Amino acid sequence: MLVSYNWLKQYVDLEGVDPHELADLMTKGGIEVEGVQALNEGINGVLVGYVETCEQHPNADKLNLCKVNIGDAEPAQIICGAPNVAAGQKVAVATIGAVLPGNFKIKKAKLRGEASQGMICSLEELGVDPKMVPKEFADGIYVLSDEAIVGSDALGYLNLDDHILELGLTPNRADCLNMIGVAYEVAAVLDRKVYFQKPEFKEQSETAADYISVNVENQEDNPYYSAKVIRNIQVRPSPTWLQNRLISSGIRPINNIVDITNYVLIEYGQPLHAFDYDQFGSKEILVRRAKDGEQMVTLDDQKRTLKGEHLVITNGNVPVAVAGVMGGADSEVTDKTTAILLEAAYFNPSIVRLASKDLGLRSESSTRFEKGLDRNRVYEAANRAAQLMVELAGGEVLEGIVESGGRYVDCEEVSVSVSRANKVLGTTIKTEEVQLFFKRLDFNYDLEEDLFNVEVPTRRPDITLEEDLIEEIGRIYGYDAIPTTLPDGSTTQGSLTTAQKKRRKVRRYFESTGLFQAVTYSLTTAGKANRYHGLETDEEPSFVSVSMPMSEERTVLRRTLIPQLLEVVQYNQNRQMNDVAVYEVGSTYLAKNSELQELPNEHQKLAGALSGLWQTHPWQSEKKVVDFYVVKGILDGLFALLGLENRIEFEQAKRKGFHPGRTAIILLDGKQIGVVGQLHPGDQKEWDIKETFIFELELDLLFNAEVNPVFFEPLPRYPSITRDIALVLDQDIQAGDVKNGIKAAGGKLLKSVSIFDLYEGERMEEGKKSVAYSLTYFDPERTLTDEDVTKVHSKVLDYVKDKFKAEMRG
Amino acid sequence: MQDRLITLQTEAIEKIEHASSLKELQDIRVQYLGKKGPITEVLRGMGQLPADERPKMGQLANDVREAITSKLDENIKKLERAKLDEQLANETIDVTLPGRPIRKGNAHPLTAVIEEIEDLFIGMGFSVAEGPEVETDYYNFEALNLPKNHPARDMQDSFFITEDFLLRTQTSPVQARTMERHKGKGPVKIISPGKVYRRDTDDATHSHQFMQIEGLMVDENVRMSDLKGILTTFAQKLFGEEREIRLRPSFFPFTEPSVEVDVSCFKCNGKGCPICKRTGWIEILGAGMVHPNVLEMAGFDPKVYTGFAFGMGPERIAMLKYGIEDIRHFYANDLRFLQQFNRS
Ligand SMILES: [Zn+2]
Repeated sequence: MLVSYNWLKQYVDLEGVDPHELADLMTKGGIEVEGVQALNEGINGVLVGYVETCEQHPNADKLNLCKVNIGDAEPAQIICGAPNVAAGQKVAVATIGAVLPGNFKIKKAKLRGEASQGMICSLEELGVDPKMVPKEFADGIYVLSDEAIVGSDALGYLNLDDHILELGLTPNRADCLNMIGVAYEVAAVLDRKVYFQKPEFKEQSETAADYISVNVENQEDNPYYSAKVIRNIQVRPSPTWLQNRLISSGIRPINNIVDITNYVLIEYGQPLHAFDYDQFGSKEILVRRAKDGEQMVTLDDQKRTLKGEHLVITNGNVPVAVAGVMGGADSEVTDKTTAILLEAAYFNPSIVRLASKDLGLRSESSTRFEKGLDRNRVYEAANRAAQLMVELAGGEVLEGIVESGGRYVDCEEVSVSVSRANKVLGTTIKTEEVQLFFKRLDFNYDLEEDLFNVEVPTRRPDITLEEDLIEEIGRIYGYDAIPTTLPDGSTTQGSLTTAQKKRRKVRRYFESTGLFQAVTYSLTTAGKANRYHGLETDEEPSFVSVSMPMSEERTVLRRTLIPQLLEVVQYNQNRQMNDVAVYEVGSTYLAKNSELQELPNEHQKLAGALSGLWQTHPWQSEKKVVDFYVVKGILDGLFALLGLENRIEFEQAKRKGFHPGRTAIILLDGKQIGVVGQLHPGDQKEWDIKETFIFELELDLLFNAEVNPVFFEPLPRYPSITRDIALVLDQDIQAGDVKNGIKAAGGKLLKSVSIFDLYEGERMEEGKKSVAYSLTYFDPERTLTDEDVTKVHSKVLDYVKDKFKAEMRG
Repeated sequence: MQDRLITLQTEAIEKIEHASSLKELQDIRVQYLGKKGPITEVLRGMGQLPADERPKMGQLANDVREAITSKLDENIKKLERAKLDEQLANETIDVTLPGRPIRKGNAHPLTAVIEEIEDLFIGMGFSVAEGPEVETDYYNFEALNLPKNHPARDMQDSFFITEDFLLRTQTSPVQARTMERHKGKGPVKIISPGKVYRRDTDDATHSHQFMQIEGLMVDENVRMSDLKGILTTFAQKLFGEEREIRLRPSFFPFTEPSVEVDVSCFKCNGKGCPICKRTGWIEILGAGMVHPNVLEMAGFDPKVYTGFAFGMGPERIAMLKYGIEDIRHFYANDLRFLQQFNRS
């Protein structure tokens, strides 16, 4: 809502409160003023001039040579290219030395040999939005009204000495979508009075009821409908003051009739519709639901197909307007119109909302209907429009108003007790103070001890509960005056859950390991979501997809974080940051079945992507590229941190999107909880990134695993004995399997097994490799002898020779 | 004999002191202490001494041998150390060359901000509550006093999945869920951070996905003045001890009264600067007293219980705190951006 400060002065005394102060006070009171615009900003030296003569420029067809009186002894010669300039006009003249918006300075000039001492201005040149300029002045200069005094400052006549307050209204304060409502609010904030006059005009002896009848099929759809008839009007441009007020409200002046309905819309907040009575097609108004598929052509010359949920105004036969949304083209007011059928009505807000949404028509009118009008102002607004039609269009108003439904409704009563208000606000406001607040708000009440029974004016439909009145008390009292306290109720201990603590631990671990945390978008494409999930299944699952995506790139919710992390790798490598190591913790989603009937499965996952160099020593030319084992090592550390190191296994696997030979699934207690591997080089090429390794883990499964608490194990008191063995194995035998075999065969005395060498070079027989293991034997109860160890060790050797066809290497 | 021994000692020690190489010292050892050396010789001649003098002379001979040996050892060590130092001088390195880089990552700035805020509220007795990002219409809207067809609820603003499910547009559904779990008994003190989604076109100040942190306190005697107190403490801990807060009336369907909360500008201390758009205040939170309908729907008696709720945007706070100008930075994950938050 744009509020003209000058216009507002008509209803509230603003003496001593400049526009900026007013803005601050309103904002503090709860109506946020988002901006204050001075219309004369950057304008200086524009005077009212009188065009005495206007002749064609001797050397230019399209230019006029004007003698303009600007109050000096001699008229100024001004060259003007506007087609509408003419002798006898009063115009706005930017004199020599004047400044116009955009820091445009007016200087003496010579045009085709003739001197020009200034410029006759168009509205656009004076900073008015070209979309707001009335049609008659769109291509030329602006013509002032006759009463403008020659030589005086023109800005006042153009209302450019005004300030516009831009209100940022919350949805509950639709009462401030009009000047009267704003006036009530400002009066409450400033503790001043509201003034306005009841519209008055002379009525003809003929009655409107003889010219029109009103029937409403369903009162719930349309609780009040009224029609007035105004005859003998003359359609013409509105006077300057009215045009100025519309322009300052962001509405383009059209003609006096349209302008009047728009003016009343802004002043009263009441949308009106003016039909051309002679084109209406009958003497009957019937308000009914549209028939499904019924069609009509609206004012914007669009053919509209209506639905049964829409409400239409008909002439008893065909629709002439979509209620509250837009009128029909057939009964539109034109230059030839002489009689007006004026509609002022209250339609059900949700019906208007639905229709304006369905038809894609949102207007100043429909938004006001949707947000709720002052039910008791409809009748007054009709009278205000009629009055203006008499004054500005020479109209004759027929006697009476033809109505359906009650003209007024009773105010709602809401009660509030002062003690409750103080309890909620934490204040000690006195009853007498609250009395004053309600007087300022212009709310009637009666008071029983500390209980106020308030008659809430119909302009404030947002107030329905005690809490709503507490808010009114609070905001008029001032939130700054509310004390600052700390809760004095029961104390509680704040804490994180176990999972939340673990998540922080995991994040610190990854960061200390050298990975950066990424946060990416949850919405992606089905194609991306169905790769890299690390499951054996190939069928497309039930993705969770949004019903109206904003772009093709964001249609479904992800089931894996990996594609987004690959995007991060790609983004960075495209920008010459080749060494990327990132991880993310985030939710993934899958529907439980194809029709989403219950909330989807939402799982937190932990994923990472590593590419480029892992370690470098810049001047020692030492470079370690990320490989599978770098990533595996990081994960090993993670599992140890979570106390799961002995329950995790890596198992060779083939998975979609992963390198077929360099991928493992990760098992916890034999159950798959994740996948790690190299991005498939084919995919890598498509992504256009460097060799990249990725992993993803199910965080919930990882965190929910029961872990025994740490329990101190006594330090060894006896020495251990280590034996190393090198085994020649077939290439396809996995070192880890052999290690597990050794462990099992070694029994209790075998404390640990580690792999310390791998040789696959040319000195090996084709298809063979050599893996060296270090076995540590230990007995916590005694010192082991060589014989003890040899006995177990040879058992181990026999076992691996037999089980893995291993040969001992020299 | 005694004189002979003392002379030998003095002579040997003198030679040792003058020796400048290990070789010389070895020679001295052989010369004086060897089997054919003068001390051995003296000892051999001990038989000629009277029996009562022998022990005394034996002792003396041993002392002399001991003195020469220890002096020799001492000087050998000295020479060896000098020789080593000479070698080490050749191993001198350039200490100004850079060290081996240690790999280190860091948290995303949004996580850093969220954890900082979590910890502030945990310190004030709040717990951290989480909930699903795909929500039911009921928890996202209805339970928060936004019935279907409410004007403040615009379908255009939400990512709906079906008529009943949507991507949550706020983290407040977690409040409704948590209150329900408390079955009408207070106190409830939670903050709920998380991702939320709205149909906004991504640009410098809008993102279709962003973070939110909301807080809720419900108990038998919670007042708006307590909201002021908690938020003042929060603002001072997050932005500095001198911060003040200011409440302005506003509107949210789930609170009544509702307020916008401004914090005095931490850059200019309220004098006015570009960060606070010359007002001295920065809008940072929305808040209010929990609407009685919301309490009632979650099973709390609004006659007995009152509460406050507040919500803020970690992106906005991070942008203010770190001077980040474009919200899209948070989701591009440019390493040059992420690396700058290495103190978190
Ligand atoms: Zn500032």
